[in-house]
Amino acid sequence: MATAHTPTAESQSSAGDAALVDGSRVAVIGGGPAGALFAHFLLQMAERVDLEIGVDIYEPRLFAKPGPVGCNMCGGIISESLVQNLALDGVRLPKDVVQRGIDSYVLHMDVGSVRIATPNEEMRIGAVHRGGGPRDVTEANWESFDQHLIEMATDSGAKIIPARVDAVTRDDGRLVLQVRDGEPQTYDLVVVATGVNTSILKTFEGLGIGYERPQVTKTLIREYFLGQDVINETLGTSMHVFLLNIPRLEFAALIPKGDYVTMCLLGDEIDNALGDAFAAAPEVRAVMPADWDPEVKSCQCLPHINVRGVEKPYAERLLFIGDSGVTRLYKDGIGAAYRTAKAAARVAIFEGVSEDAFREHYLPVCRSITSDNRVGRYAFLLTQLAQRLRFVRRIILYVAAAEQATPRRRPRMSSILWDMFSGSAPYSDIFMRMFHPVLIVRAALAFPATLLSRTPRSTPGAHAAISTKENR
Amino acid sequence: MSEAALGRLYEDGEIVVRQGEVGDCLYVIQDGTVEFLTEEDGTEVILRTAGANEVFGEMAIFERQTRSATVRARGPARILTVDKKNFMRRINEDPSLAFNLVVTMSHRVRELSHEVVQLEAELRSLRAGAGSAHADG
Repeated sequence: MATAHTPTAESQSSAGDAALVDGSRVAVIGGGPAGALFAHFLLQMAERVDLEIGVDIYEPRLFAKPGPVGCNMCGGIISESLVQNLALDGVRLPKDVVQRGIDSYVLHMDVGSVRIATPNEEMRIGAVHRGGGPRDVTEANWESFDQHLIEMATDSGAKIIPARVDAVTRDDGRLVLQVRDGEPQTYDLVVVATGVNTSILKTFEGLGIGYERPQVTKTLIREYFLGQDVINETLGTSMHVFLLNIPRLEFAALIPKGDYVTMCLLGDEIDNALGDAFAAAPEVRAVMPADWDPEVKSCQCLPHINVRGVEKPYAERLLFIGDSGVTRLYKDGIGAAYRTAKAAARVAIFEGVSEDAFREHYLPVCRSITSDNRVGRYAFLLTQLAQRLRFVRRIILYVAAAEQATPRRRPRMSSILWDMFSGSAPYSDIFMRMFHPVLIVRAALAFPATLLSRTPRSTPGAHAAISTKENR
Repeated sequence: MSEAALGRLYEDGEIVVRQGEVGDCLYVIQDGTVEFLTEEDGTEVILRTAGANEVFGEMAIFERQTRSATVRARGPARILTVDKKNFMRRINEDPSLAFNLVVTMSHRVRELSHEVVQLEAELRSLRAGAGSAHADG
């Protein structure tokens, strides 16, 4: 257990120039990817500038445990950009963590399917189990992604306090954390990385710091056991995304992992009935094995996701990172956790821990995510339009197929589809490309052909393979 | 090596980059080992090897020059690519992303300096040996 600390004279400086100094103590509430990455980067950067600080991560859960108790409940996709950034940062994701390398996306619609592959058949996206695995696992033959990151943080010098924070108060400008049956602990910086599926965020609304919890929506996540061989033969190394005209359903994906397939649904008032309707769709049945029974689930959850980040994800000596602050709309939540965690670590080490420092240096990072999400809403409106209008779906398929037939042609539609599904590029970038004159001309030329029903129809296993040129 | 891994799988002996090619990406080894070699008068000279987590190919990106050596998989190796444009954009957004690369390049400069010192010492002793042999003769 951490011991109480008397701050040094330098760290007691007045508000506005508060900074971490030798002996400073930092608390991270929540040991998911945002918290673990923050702790790792903070300690790594502190070492680089010869700063000796202590970091305590408050995390009562053990992520190695199977079932919901050890799971941070999400689809478990490590995006292309995050895979590359982590690799450049020296954070390796070993094959025990990556349950399946993903080298392509297959878009399924009622009018056909299109496969969009990465260049050079490279596994650029990682499918992971966030926790110890679905409820029916007795002994996991993999390593939990969240556990891997938290061990990396402890290797960097962070200490895990396996307790839940019950109360947060201020004392002389600093924050004091209280856990059940423990001594109150005072910290020079507190970083909140709890996600949105917790009641602790209410506590911060009561601190009078202008923090309001993010707006959330429900998602549905189910895990199905199929076995590695069956998955290799059916879903393979592709993530399967669905643009189906099912009421209330906005987006759905099937993510193959080692022995399991994760089903992820986004939409309005998500519930079990919507999950069942999706599972019954012929496009889904065509992808899954013939004897698949959607009723036989290994695990299921209905977690909340952040759909509108907080306006002020900081206060004096206090930061909100990952889902409890600002995240990307619908996609790449772990990528946003990485971005906000690393920005928070950079600011805390190099700019200070005052409200002014956070406003000047941390807020712009959050704002760039928030403003990109605004554009993202329009981009998703266009995909909704495609969901409702059959001829738009035909055009998408036709243009993508034409790009495949002409490999030298720049794959504009394919790269848009890839980036929308993979979450690898900013929405503003994708949105601009949606209105590129060349793409509009291609779509306009495709329109008469789609009326004549010339759009290629695909059968399972015979998808149009379209390689995207890298232009992200 | 299973499908549960990132990057592209290179078979034993497969060339990852070829000396003299124009480089537009850098590489991060996920699993396995690669060897760096140059060809001098038709003879292969193995310069060094690299293993998991090591970055290579950055010289051609930073200096806008061709690849300085050929890189070949020694045994099966999984390697991830990061293209130049993305890499530069990300460094611009987050300069700390270059920390790790600077450390890697610093290690290499240190190793090379050590090798130069060793080679000079060997050369001196060879010269001294040749000198004394000459004097003896």
